[in-house]
Amino acid sequence: MTGPDQQPIVRLSAVDKVFGRGGQPATTALEGIDLEIRRGEFVSLIGPSGCGKSTLLRVIGDLVPATRGDVVVNGKPAAKARRDRDYGIVFQAPVLFEWRSVEDNVKLPLEILGRPPAERAKRAREMLQLVELADFTRHYPYQLSGGMQQRVAIARALSIEPALLLMDEPFGALDEMTRERMNSEVLRIWERTGTTIVFVTHSIPEAVFLSSRVVVMSARPGRITKVIDIDLPRPRDLETRESRRYFELVTEVREALRAGGGLEGDDADGGGVASEERTLAEGAVG
Amino acid sequence: MATAAAARPSIAREPATAGRGVGRTALIYLGVLVAIFVIWEGVKFLGGVPWRMPGALPGPNNPAIWNPPFRWDFANDLRLPHIWNILIALGQPFQRGADETLAQYLFGAALYTWREAAIGFALGALLGLVLATTFVHSRLLERAFVPYVIASQTVPIIALAPMIAFAFGQNVLAVVIIATYLTFFPVTIAMIRGLRSVDPRAVELMRSYAASPLQVYLKVRLPASLPYLFTALKISATASIVGAIIGEDAGSIDEGLGRVITTFNQYYATGPEKLWTAILAAALVGIAFYLVVRAAELFVLRGRPGAAAG
Repeated sequence: MTGPDQQPIVRLSAVDKVFGRGGQPATTALEGIDLEIRRGEFVSLIGPSGCGKSTLLRVIGDLVPATRGDVVVNGKPAAKARRDRDYGIVFQAPVLFEWRSVEDNVKLPLEILGRPPAERAKRAREMLQLVELADFTRHYPYQLSGGMQQRVAIARALSIEPALLLMDEPFGALDEMTRERMNSEVLRIWERTGTTIVFVTHSIPEAVFLSSRVVVMSARPGRITKVIDIDLPRPRDLETRESRRYFELVTEVREALRAGGGLEGDDADGGGVASEERTLAEGAVG
Repeated sequence: MATAAAARPSIAREPATAGRGVGRTALIYLGVLVAIFVIWEGVKFLGGVPWRMPGALPGPNNPAIWNPPFRWDFANDLRLPHIWNILIALGQPFQRGADETLAQYLFGAALYTWREAAIGFALGALLGLVLATTFVHSRLLERAFVPYVIASQTVPIIALAPMIAFAFGQNVLAVVIIATYLTFFPVTIAMIRGLRSVDPRAVELMRSYAASPLQVYLKVRLPASLPYLFTALKISATASIVGAIIGEDAGSIDEGLGRVITTFNQYYATGPEKLWTAILAAALVGIAFYLVVRAAELFVLRGRPGAAAG
């Protein structure tokens, strides 16, 4: 990657996030989070359900405020970065607007930004080409498969050329084969655009395959237990997934998760859903 | 991937299937009309009063005379006139010596009533939209005022209509206000729900774009609420007709269906089929208004999944 690596695009220092107001018992979702993400990096946050990885992503995006600590994005406070539209976000569900065509969904953020119609059309066309959906501009979301819908969501997030792309388990609802194809796709997009990506996942292979660094978290309270550099060569392809080093790194991440108590109830999604709803409720109020 | 999209085409937009759908729908409507006719006249055939073909002479064992096996009070010619007598009445002068047929007269009255109802409907829909928008943005105002909105609808309109006519004068304004009064409620209730029906992640997404509250409202909340709005508008369309008819009576408006119904009610004993024609006219204008709203719904919600249903 070119570009100035000296100044990190995300810097979190001593960040805590505590949910619960009034009579509710407080839940510490995040505790003592210190993390720096350099420009052009691909960083995955991985951990068991309820470890606060989605909350951490939302704190970076100023969708929920941190209770304590500093969140600096693109050299400014997170709230300022959000108002400057410094990042794009992709959720687990595509969250496309059913009354808008594929093209109009991609144009939405540009409309909010007040860009002229000609530019909106041009950007939407480029972005849909990037995610290889140029033939589906006039389709409506319900006419597309889940993987295609998620690619529209990625095109929409990238349409404003954000310095940072936040992805919250974007392929968690897809089947394994679509997911692997989407992984290669997102790597291709990342290499072409040079944007920094913060990627929340609970899939170890996905985290290792995509990332330059994997941040391992533990639950209750959510903490960073280990940061693992992924030194697999790029570009990564099918062979990467079959290399010895890949398996070593997968094992390393798995052991780090186990050391943090993360693998006992890894597949129990209940806690994760509850915490996400909580995050959303908090976000809607704040 | 291309096949995935092609496998789920919008059925509503296929011209061939759409044509067949219209044909089938028309057939069903026709079937229901025939069924109503058969049941109605079947009841009279079994339990009505003796009937003879026009021009047939009275006498025993005349095949032109039918003597039903039962005598049911509700099936006599006063309570349940023959359908053909209702239809014949439509073609005759609406009163002795009048140039206009009853059908023409009813059409004019129905159009007049519909105009009042449509104004009330538009004002009511607007009022409902404003109230719902206010309530969705302020829990405090919602808690304070929604009970009164609900209470307003528990007051019988029959009791309220004369008071409104007294307050605003016996004129079209009173009628419009009564139609508005019956219209705003479904829209308010449905739109409180509709404006809140937004996926919370969509709101988060808009927050990530630093969208203004107005942008969130116009680009997310309002479009998401449109299916709810049209459901309410379809209820309101028919309710506004009822409101206008009741309002015409209280407001002493002579040109609309309300006066027609009152008059024909008074002369029911001498011409029961006339009141039935007025009821038919009121039903038809209600259905017509409903269909106008339905057409608008189909247009506005085109392209959305499930837009063709309901």
